[in-house]
Amino acid sequence: MAALTYHAPNSIDDAIKILADASLPPKVLSGGTDLIIQMQRPKAPESLVVDVKKIPGMRDAEWSEDGLTLGPAMSCAEFTKRQDIKSIFPGLVEAAYLIGSTQVQGRASLGGNLCNASPAADTIPALIANRAICVIQGPSGTRVVPVEAFVTGVGKNCLEQGELLAALTLARPEPGTADAYLRFIPRTEMDIAVAGAAVSLTLDSRGVCRNARIAIGAVAPTAILVPAAEDILVGERISDEVLAGVAQAASDAASPISDRRGTVEFRRHVVGVLTKRATLIAAERAGAQL
Amino acid sequence: MKTHVSTVVNGDAVEFLCSPSDTLLHALRNEIGLTGTKEGCGSGDCGACSVMLDGALVCSCLVLGVEAQGSQVETIEGIAHQDKLHVIQEKFLEHAALQCGICTPGLIVSTKALLEENPAPTEEEARYYLAGNLCRCTGYDKIIKAVMDAADVMRQGA
Repeated sequence: MAALTYHAPNSIDDAIKILADASLPPKVLSGGTDLIIQMQRPKAPESLVVDVKKIPGMRDAEWSEDGLTLGPAMSCAEFTKRQDIKSIFPGLVEAAYLIGSTQVQGRASLGGNLCNASPAADTIPALIANRAICVIQGPSGTRVVPVEAFVTGVGKNCLEQGELLAALTLARPEPGTADAYLRFIPRTEMDIAVAGAAVSLTLDSRGVCRNARIAIGAVAPTAILVPAAEDILVGERISDEVLAGVAQAASDAASPISDRRGTVEFRRHVVGVLTKRATLIAAERAGAQL
Repeated sequence: MKTHVSTVVNGDAVEFLCSPSDTLLHALRNEIGLTGTKEGCGSGDCGACSVMLDGALVCSCLVLGVEAQGSQVETIEGIAHQDKLHVIQEKFLEHAALQCGICTPGLIVSTKALLEENPAPTEEEARYYLAGNLCRCTGYDKIIKAVMDAADVMRQGA
């Protein structure tokens, strides 16, 4: 592994200072399941590692009246065991549960999955569908950025030097809201998404969709929202026709690449199917009689 | 420059020196002398280096040794009680659930974590939980038989 300098600060302020003053390329260590692999690559540069897990709150998840504040370094294993979170955001918990093996989930975190900014990250579409907000702290204070604007490209995020993802916040959903996340992989477990789709929707008492957020993953450089699919859903009851339109809109929004796990044509088709199925699951969870 | 790390391994206070770029796996094997934990892939894919870190099942090749400061680590060496093997170890022997043995310590650590979390797993649940522990010899059939048998015995004993 490349040489590194290790810091484990006990406060956000100390972490920001270390990151801002770093003379080596600074790397934030959460679960390390991506970072440690990257540092093991041949010719990986010497780096300054800031382990944020000792900072109070970084591994916690707390509810307030407004919603959930999630410590970005909480492991997927801890996150997926939280029934209080699963009952409100089942799709987000399912996305976290799909990451890697039991061992990887013992370390990997939602904040790490987000900052690593892989196009195929499972939790990013699910965070976007749930309107998650990044709370970023840095030398010049705190700013908030929606998750869909946080990731700026393949492996890139909007953090400036000295800035740290301090929390993720999710507003408490309105009654009648539910989410779902589905992905396609060639195997049954331990693989990377070929395509993924996350849906959060709100149904009224008559089963009419009042609000919808649809995000797709692994079919573009970043996870993307599909407003055209959302427009088809809002104001409608779930029907075969509506679902077919949602699937088509997701396929149309995709701009995938071909690689050894899937071709452009396959990914484009499958992301539509996944979006349709995730919409159905979310609708059932939201109380639709289907 | 080496860093001084104080940790607890299998219930014993342990101090060691390691470089910040050394993995916990390296520290366990080369600084502490606990060579039961094996290196397979070194990239978190195979699970041969599985240990418990503060109650979470992890690949020790994906943990820095310095991260173990103030932590509780449990390895394969802590599973038997003195000369008496753990039921899971006995069942792996009884079912001949190993050939070359490199994956075995990791599988036993993972199986113990599985059965503490879920004492009555279905075969499917056991296979999914242990999907991060690769075995290139057995084809898994004997491993799963040993795991399910151990689960039965442990439930009766509980």
